[in-house]
Amino acid sequence: MTEPVLSVKNLSTHFFTRGGVVKAVDGVSFDLARGEIMGLVGESGSGKTVTGFSLIGLVDAPGRIVEGSVKLNGTELTTLSEKAMRTRRGNEISMIFQDPIATLNPMLTIGQQMKLAIDAHERLSPQAAEARSAELLTQVGIPSAKARLRAYPHEFSGGMRQRVAIAIALLHRPAVIVADEPTTALDVSIQAQILFQMRDLARETGTAMIWISHDLAVVSSLASKLAVMYAGRIVEQGPTATLLRDPRHPYTAGLIASLPAMAKPGTPLTQIPGSTPSLLSLPPGCPFAPRCDHADDVCKTAPALTMQGNRGWRCYHPVGQDAGVPA
Amino acid sequence: MLGFIIQRFLQAVVVMAVMSVIVFCGVYAIGNPIDIVIPPEATEDIRAEAIRRLGLDRPLYEQYFIFVGNLLQGDLGRSFVYNIPVLELIGGRLPATLELVLISVVSATVLGVSLGIYAGYRPDSWVSKTIMAVSVLGFSVPSFWVGLILILFFAVHLGWLPAGGRGDTVEIWGVAWSFPTLDGLSHIVLPAANLALFKLAMMIRLARAGTREIMLTDTIKFARAAGLSEATILRRHLLKLISIPIITVFGLELGSTLAFAVVTETIFSWPGVGKLIIDSITVLDRPVMVAYLIIVAFLFVTINFVIDLVFALIDPRVRHGASA
Amino acid sequence: MSNTSTPLRRFWAEFRENKIAVVALVVVVVLILLALFASLVSPQNPYDLANLSLMDSRRPPGFVGTGGYTHILGTDPQGRDLLSAILYGLRISIQIGLAAGFVSLTIGTTLGILAAYVGGRVEALIMRLVDLQLSFPAILLALVIVALLGQGKAQLIGALVAAQYAYFARTAYGAAKAERGKDYIEAALATPLSARLVVWRHMLPNCTPPLIVVATVQIANSISLEATLSFLGLGLPVTEPSLGMLISNGFPYMMSGRYWISVYPGVALIILIFAINIVGDQVRDQFNPRLRK
Repeated sequence: MTEPVLSVKNLSTHFFTRGGVVKAVDGVSFDLARGEIMGLVGESGSGKTVTGFSLIGLVDAPGRIVEGSVKLNGTELTTLSEKAMRTRRGNEISMIFQDPIATLNPMLTIGQQMKLAIDAHERLSPQAAEARSAELLTQVGIPSAKARLRAYPHEFSGGMRQRVAIAIALLHRPAVIVADEPTTALDVSIQAQILFQMRDLARETGTAMIWISHDLAVVSSLASKLAVMYAGRIVEQGPTATLLRDPRHPYTAGLIASLPAMAKPGTPLTQIPGSTPSLLSLPPGCPFAPRCDHADDVCKTAPALTMQGNRGWRCYHPVGQDAGVPA
Repeated sequence: MLGFIIQRFLQAVVVMAVMSVIVFCGVYAIGNPIDIVIPPEATEDIRAEAIRRLGLDRPLYEQYFIFVGNLLQGDLGRSFVYNIPVLELIGGRLPATLELVLISVVSATVLGVSLGIYAGYRPDSWVSKTIMAVSVLGFSVPSFWVGLILILFFAVHLGWLPAGGRGDTVEIWGVAWSFPTLDGLSHIVLPAANLALFKLAMMIRLARAGTREIMLTDTIKFARAAGLSEATILRRHLLKLISIPIITVFGLELGSTLAFAVVTETIFSWPGVGKLIIDSITVLDRPVMVAYLIIVAFLFVTINFVIDLVFALIDPRVRHGASA
Repeated sequence: MSNTSTPLRRFWAEFRENKIAVVALVVVVVLILLALFASLVSPQNPYDLANLSLMDSRRPPGFVGTGGYTHILGTDPQGRDLLSAILYGLRISIQIGLAAGFVSLTIGTTLGILAAYVGGRVEALIMRLVDLQLSFPAILLALVIVALLGQGKAQLIGALVAAQYAYFARTAYGAAKAERGKDYIEAALATPLSARLVVWRHMLPNCTPPLIVVATVQIANSISLEATLSFLGLGLPVTEPSLGMLISNGFPYMMSGRYWISVYPGVALIILIFAINIVGDQVRDQFNPRLRK
């Protein structure tokens, strides 16, 4: 296989609060190939958003990356100066957020905001900048783009605003886009439209994508591979189809079992008992142990990563192994 | 847009009407103005005559309508003490107050917003902590006390600046102003600083709170994720977003500073309307009190109306009549 | 933070972490005690004319007067020991501040909760009035009311209350309204629980934290406003000089360099207000969930 565009090794981001150290991201590793879409799944507070911010170097104080490496096209990002990192942000790696109403500045026109994003990395004439902006708006499915450049965010619907945000993120054809739940705040029908448009864009432009979501159903329809996060760690990762069909980690299995599509009509949905632990008072060992049926004394030490082909998991008692050798 | 202006204009008219009722009832109905006009040893006849002449024998609502009728014709009555039309009296003093208030509020806003944005942008630096400590102090120290200290230090101890009066003035369109002359300017520095200090503290706190809040929003995070430099983010995003609360408060402060000028003008013998109203209150010169309150209320309402118009100009959401 | 403690103790534990706020609290308590026992700790009763001698007037700090003791802070134009006058003045200022604060709190909270609870036209009427008044500067209102009512302690407190109750009404209304909209209040009203119980058990407790914050700020403001009015000669009668009046009395002598008559009462006033405000700031920060991390 060719060199991955993004290679994350043992990334740890901790927050140094008054109450103690919060290990929001703890030893996360994955690779992303050109044009590949990876789903990063977990409950809220599992560290998936902090992982996203760590990749683009925007972790707010009192948090910081304490160890690990993020290589983008072969360049190590964690040791770059803020100035050098800024020239890559929005240019080689960009990010879009959950709430399109909050991301755009209500006081500036769409055209002005796109111009600011262009000026951050390139010197273009006003005409060229406008042409580029209009072209991208058209690409993300906004009709009469040229006229819409003069409009303000409040003149757009929620879905249209998110398209504008995506267009801004794509302005410089980045190698990687981190998408933090970009469709969660939208109607289901618009969600699906944007989802498939993003997949097509990734295919056409070769942009790789990390799709962060708490919704396994949404991600699995889009991503070719999955990483499941729990309490700051990736507890299982591998190709989407394999993971869905044959999960190893009890937590992944629980997530899949609680999908509405997996339930027999008329029967209650399966739940994972308990709730996410506070990252301040993590139990030693496997963080999922308190909620896990299979947990025993071994689980009091942290499980190492078990690799098998192109998949891996962190569990002493993986499930479903008698189902045969995975594909 | 036009609908918005008309709606705000009608609101302003209603507020003005309510204020006139409150002021009229408050000042005219409580107490008996006749005792001030007529010496206590006057005969019953003179007394009755005076009551009739002033219209005090009529029912309250009639008195009110006469008062409003006169008001609309620009007649606010005559001062008991100076025996000249009140409007003339106040009109002659208003420029001095406006000059003082505008200079104070504008300088407090410019300085306060800059310091506040800095303190909000770098909340943990020692400069910011110093700025904030000074602002709490500015909040706590009564305005009249600051005036005393300014006089004690700059006028008495150092002897650099005059302690009172307006100094040389220049006539522009028939109105006397202090700020164009060097002497006038030297007279205005201390009272303006006195008046500005409290507002400065307020603007610092407001700008700091606004900056801290805005810097945590997704708008700023998204701008950073797009690779915008911090300077651009501050200039293009933060300044635009923070302008809304700042302009609101600027309008409110312009009004309240007008009222606070009462204290400053007394300390620095600044011949504006504030000093006039204090003098009128001590001798219970009711027409002047009523006229002052009506004029202040009018300025208040006008300022708020203008601020609404400014909003409509700068905020696209208001301009397009979108609901927030 | 231990989790076995009462909310009050937890509150205190957090308060104690801010050393400046603790110092400010100690200062407030000491000043209140000094004011309370002014007649015991001050070297002279400044209101007893028999004690005063014009020979002693306007003497600088450290002067030994006809009474045979040292005037640590000097004397005022009537020959009063300034330290004694400050302690007695402190008593009046604190009295007025507390009285105005508590009356405003009571009236404002009642109006605010009434508006939120009853709703409809009563709500519209009360809140319109409150908003109109809030847009109008408090000092102007107080000034006019004092002018109309005349001088005296009760009148002054009345003016301060009229100028300040609106802040409490706004705050209580905001908090009570937010609670009123919640399902559990609707549920409580649907059960045969008396309305009074709903107000006392549910709405009032939820208004308490913001009201405490407003109360500290407003007590400081009352003291400051009273001093300002007295300085302008519109506050208390001369027989009961508050700190503001002491400052005012010394003002004419400032130009000739007799600074202490105005400056020391002013310093006492500022220390008092500053300390209350710092305590208030800390309490606000502790009540504000958004600043919690």
